[in-house]
Amino acid sequence: MAKMNLLQAINNALVTTMEADEKVMVFGEDVGQFGGVFRATSNLQEKFGKSRCFNTPLTEQGIIGFANGLASQGSVPVAEIQFSDYIFPAFDQIVNETSKWRYRSGGQFSCGTLTIRTPYGGGIAGGLYHSQSPEAFFAHIPGMKVVIPRNPKQAKGLLIASIRDDNPVLFMEPKKIYRASVGDVPENDYELPLGKADIVATGTDITLLAWGAQVEVLEKAAEMAKKDGISCEIIDLQSILPWDAETIFQSVYKTGRLLINHEAPLTGGFASEIAATVQQECFLYLEAPIARVCGLDTPYPLAHEKEYMPDHLKTYEAIKRTLDY
Amino acid sequence: MLTMQERNHLHGIKPIFEVNIIKNGLLEIPMLQLLDEHGEEKNKQQSPKLSKEEALKIYKSMAFTRLLDDRMIGAQRQGRISFYLACRGEEAAIVASAAALSSDDMIMSQYREQGALVYRGYTTDQFMNQMFSNHLDPNKGRQMPIHYGDKALNFMTISSPLGTQIPQAAGYAYGQKMAGTPAVTICYFGEGAASEGDFHAGLNMAAVLKCPTIFFCRNNGYAISTPSQEQFVGDGIASRGVGYGVPTIRVDGNDVLAVYAATQTARKLALAENTPVLIEAMTYRLAAHSTSDDPSGYRSKDEEAKWQLKDPLLRFARYLDSKGWFDQKEMDAYLDKSREDILAALKRAEKVPVNPLKDIIEDVYDTPPWHLKKQLSELESHIAKYPQDYPKTAGR
Repeated sequence: MAKMNLLQAINNALVTTMEADEKVMVFGEDVGQFGGVFRATSNLQEKFGKSRCFNTPLTEQGIIGFANGLASQGSVPVAEIQFSDYIFPAFDQIVNETSKWRYRSGGQFSCGTLTIRTPYGGGIAGGLYHSQSPEAFFAHIPGMKVVIPRNPKQAKGLLIASIRDDNPVLFMEPKKIYRASVGDVPENDYELPLGKADIVATGTDITLLAWGAQVEVLEKAAEMAKKDGISCEIIDLQSILPWDAETIFQSVYKTGRLLINHEAPLTGGFASEIAATVQQECFLYLEAPIARVCGLDTPYPLAHEKEYMPDHLKTYEAIKRTLDY
Repeated sequence: MLTMQERNHLHGIKPIFEVNIIKNGLLEIPMLQLLDEHGEEKNKQQSPKLSKEEALKIYKSMAFTRLLDDRMIGAQRQGRISFYLACRGEEAAIVASAAALSSDDMIMSQYREQGALVYRGYTTDQFMNQMFSNHLDPNKGRQMPIHYGDKALNFMTISSPLGTQIPQAAGYAYGQKMAGTPAVTICYFGEGAASEGDFHAGLNMAAVLKCPTIFFCRNNGYAISTPSQEQFVGDGIASRGVGYGVPTIRVDGNDVLAVYAATQTARKLALAENTPVLIEAMTYRLAAHSTSDDPSGYRSKDEEAKWQLKDPLLRFARYLDSKGWFDQKEMDAYLDKSREDILAALKRAEKVPVNPLKDIIEDVYDTPPWHLKKQLSELESHIAKYPQDYPKTAGR
């Protein structure tokens, strides 16, 4: 075990996969000698050479188009999009190409080896264009996997698994806790399963569900609720697509209540999908309507960032409302 | 730490002392022509050394492509297939460029390059199975007619969005280079698709990352109905290659010898120097854009007639004839036989059923996840209730 922050764990996962497989290549804007604007790719160029870790021109559609071709050739590209707010020029390449490559060719070709890494989320005074959480757009793309880690240990295991998974994965990194989230990380090569949620804390009265940086918001809210005698089960979804509905069902059968928290705007957010699926499966077990504590349906604000965020206080209030229903 | 390299991005730029606006036309980009409209060689020294066998293979591939196109347009009009897209007028650009490659080279095409597949040996049955989306098509009948793909022939499955293959071809070629394979990727697209952002992204990526990619633009004058004059005002597509620092050749696209020579040179350069090369082939789409298009709404019969005179098949036939290689009788027999093969394959393919229902969730992922399995099982129950309404898959 070694103490690492989230960035170091990601860097460590990249080193681990690049050492194990020379076909792994890491590229994107500023990821070369500079090591990325967040330093997630520090020293990779020095270790593995310029042909396996390199800068690209400033073109997201070019980066993902290039990565698609490279993946279809059999290499293992790990492409970085510097901020998920800037992924949209590549949207066509992801929606129409990456995700449909295997299907349209009857499995003759695929982009299964591709992993796209991108920092997402607010809490860094980034305003409209450095704070968005666009996971729901990508959850609507058959063929993609979408993965979001909450801490360094999960990040390393999930990223290694994403790189080795034979499906294209969008790996979204909660940049707010890049340095703040520190924990023990195994130094060996390990994978955590994709498509599996992680039960962070067990409880009996209500299930709280989130992913990425919002998991610690749930923990804080659960701490407050505990003082009121409310026992919360906390689940980190980890994989947005495909998502682990079964673990959520089992938890809701037990608690009878569900609260979903995400930073992205409420309308059409991934909580909507979860709520619809859970009410269908667990209708007779539900003691209260499913609560959603989410971002507002506005662009991500700057001056009002604190007000916008679905924080622990909003979550705590929603827990009480759900229990009192 | 790596040592910091000192750079100067003004290096090599000379100062001048009066306003000098650079306008179009400063750079003249001529068009390589080795065979004129009468089939006469313009510069025998430069003509590629084609054997009789190779030259006839090229001609037959072009002629077969035209035959296939004519027959499939007919099949579409009869309602037997939903869609078709012919390449009449552009056969030389496509077949001669494919012929100048190695079979290890990857082809990433746009959608009008069936001639390259014919040249590589894609069979009549393979064409038909794709167009009838039956279960014998290795692409499993998932795309509209003409979206071919064949791994064994190094022909990447086509996708409809325009220009997406351009940065992909840079990436594919980078992978070939990293793997140490002495092969290139050729990427076909039209002058219309070159307006997409992916063109600019792809050319620049390939140039900066030193990818052995041949970007082959078929400048056929039209993007559906939009003439190239309404597509761009610069000097075609070739001038853009120069701007991106990509070695560039403009070539007469109706001239087999020029296209072959240009592609051969491009391939050699791409492999020797790890560089992309842009080829702009000047040609004309004698066909409609597709079976959903009617060119009489946007261009004159007179214009088309002028280009008929530049027909690449006629021109190459004259060349073959001048060499004493063109045997009309043998060619007629080949075309008659091909016509029969096409008809027979068409009849066979339209009787072959589509894939069974369970295929609907295959190849979305490497293995179907739980939610797809659930959706399939719900669909199966539904179809079992109304089998007569889903005749293709009920009972399969």
